[in-house]
Amino acid sequence: MNKILLIIKREYLSRVKKKTFLLMTFLVPGLIIGMITLVGVLTKTGGDESAKITVYDETGLFNGKFNDTKEIDFSEATRSFAEEKLLASVEGGGFLLYIPKNLEHGGKIDIYSRKRATFSVLGSIEDQVNETMREKMLKDAGIDAATLNKIKPDFSINTKELTDEGEKDSSAGATLIAGFAAAILIYISLFIYGAQVMRGVIEEKTNRIVEVVISSVKPFQLMMGKIIGIGLVGLTQFLLWIVLSSTLMAGAGRALMPKDAIKPKTEQSASQKKATEAMQASQQGPAMSMISAMETINFKYLFTNFLIYFLGGFMLYSALFAAVGSAVDNETETQQFMFPITMPLLFTYILSFSFIVNNPDSTLSFWLSIIPFTSPIAMMVRLPFGVPDWQLALSIVLLICGFIFTTWVAARIYRVGILMYGKKTSYKELAKWFMYKG
Amino acid sequence: MLSIRNIVKQYANHRALDDVSIEVEKGKIFGLLGPNGAGKTSLIRIINQITAPDAGEVYFDGEKLNPDHIGRIGYLPEERGLYKKMEIGEQMLYLAQLKGLSRTDAISRIKYWFEKMEMQSWWKKKVEDLSKGMQQKVQFVATVVHNPELIILDEPFSGFDPVNAEIIKDEILELNQKGATIIFSTHRMESVEQLCDSIALINKSHKILDGKVKDIRNSYRNNTFRVEYTGTLSAAVDNSIYDVIDDKQLEDSQQITVKLRDGVTSNNLLSQLIPQVQIHDFTEVVPSINDIFIQKVKTSSHE
Repeated sequence: MNKILLIIKREYLSRVKKKTFLLMTFLVPGLIIGMITLVGVLTKTGGDESAKITVYDETGLFNGKFNDTKEIDFSEATRSFAEEKLLASVEGGGFLLYIPKNLEHGGKIDIYSRKRATFSVLGSIEDQVNETMREKMLKDAGIDAATLNKIKPDFSINTKELTDEGEKDSSAGATLIAGFAAAILIYISLFIYGAQVMRGVIEEKTNRIVEVVISSVKPFQLMMGKIIGIGLVGLTQFLLWIVLSSTLMAGAGRALMPKDAIKPKTEQSASQKKATEAMQASQQGPAMSMISAMETINFKYLFTNFLIYFLGGFMLYSALFAAVGSAVDNETETQQFMFPITMPLLFTYILSFSFIVNNPDSTLSFWLSIIPFTSPIAMMVRLPFGVPDWQLALSIVLLICGFIFTTWVAARIYRVGILMYGKKTSYKELAKWFMYKG
Repeated sequence: MLSIRNIVKQYANHRALDDVSIEVEKGKIFGLLGPNGAGKTSLIRIINQITAPDAGEVYFDGEKLNPDHIGRIGYLPEERGLYKKMEIGEQMLYLAQLKGLSRTDAISRIKYWFEKMEMQSWWKKKVEDLSKGMQQKVQFVATVVHNPELIILDEPFSGFDPVNAEIIKDEILELNQKGATIIFSTHRMESVEQLCDSIALINKSHKILDGKVKDIRNSYRNNTFRVEYTGTLSAAVDNSIYDVIDDKQLEDSQQITVKLRDGVTSNNLLSQLIPQVQIHDFTEVVPSINDIFIQKVKTSSHE
């Protein structure tokens, strides 16, 4: 036991002390925050320049009805249609919006330009056209548009989960995102840390240190020490990421969002003011509901399960990775054995986003979240929809059995494989090794 | 010290060891000899408990081999290796602790050896920064750092330059003087012949010969002598007491190798020669272990 601890310590420290570990620790949350900020900034400021749209209106209905938006400047056509069309056809010539006379009788609106109009520009124009036409049609039908707007209902549905502790607010959207994030993180980290285990085994084998080490410890101890050590590296990395990201998020949040909106904005610089206003105008609604939703997710529940499934899945797969590492002489030979290992992971990953998310309680989803080879990812996606405790318990117990099983199989291959040099290994060979005594 | 009894090791399509029994006496130097692929490494791995035999038993110091013995054995594998990116000192510490030493004991033992081998300045270096010969020294220290009672060296001198090989050899002899039992495993028989008290010859998974080096060689003496002389050996010498195996003209003398007939002693031969020629050298030709091995393999494959 003491020796396993020594091995774990070495595997752990030798990786945590590496510069790449430090780099990853800071780089990943930095990148994530950077991306979020970038997306935020881009959506706030929109495109870099606004589209100039010349309106050639044959109906006269739209006179002065088009409102300039952040991305569109409207102007009335002053020349003939042919001339305007020519102007639009040159580089940087803007857009020509053509509204035909027979619009109300099935006519089509066209937009002419050298450069294709973006979806958001088209959407914005369509909205405005529809709005104007709706008002006109309502007026024609004798209905007052203002009254109609006044009585426009605006309800949204709050999701309340009925649990044993009583009802509580929940947010399907936010939990779903958290579940997805957890599933993706598990998927990626199984590969990253599994491959680290494999590379570690290959390194020991090609360095020929392995024979020295296993004259002191059992091959099983060496394998388990390596797996646990690297698993702990993974956990450390996650914890550091979470701590760092939440610190950064909190910092960024404080910088971007004033604590209370009533506070005078005079303290803010001009650019900040603009950003804040823009955000308040467009983002505040969803952002606020998002934040309040985040608070309602049972993060502790999700996080605990994430840790359980990461560790379980990691142990299960890294044992197989270790067996592969022991069977080959260098990394290029791993391909043939990697395929069956990565298949179930990839399969679940794809199904998670196409099937499980839409049918979380279907039979297929149930089995995927129960079978140990697929459950670490599938269960993460199912969790936000609520999973009965017995299913969760069954899945975890099976996961534990699963990794005990794969570890047992892997250890039998590993102990023979690490001492085999310069031989190309086949599946048949692996089966033989598995059968060896002692 | 070590008693290997009727070991059988079976791999999928070949038998690496077939009913091999060997006794290694305490405090002696033992040679495990045989060509490549004979089964030496398989046997050593069994002694080191890296693999288990399919049949047979190994006793260490009177007890059946068990994991407690691991710390009392030092093993230098034929395939040497160290962690390339790990500092030498740290690496030694790790390996010594794996053998069961406490951290403080390990540090003092490593310091002792580093001083002895003049490698104090290597502590912070990485293996990849050392030359091959230096790495071998490090590897040797890793083998003996925990003061093992039994030291097993698989092809110990391969990869050493002559100077370092001599240093290592002296260290091994010193450890042996202090009471450690040594097992050399090699296919280069001449390299350990003079060092070993006893040997076992293994060929094609069978032990074909074992015993004290002296006894083995004695049993393979066949009354052959080599004489170096000047002068002329007249035909008058009684040819009936020996057969000439070899007759060579050296630079300024003559050398003949003769096999005496049954019942004839070396004194009979000398009394015949002395009156006629000036004798410079008179040696009994005792076959080397290598010769014996080749002879033995030939006869065993004829059987």
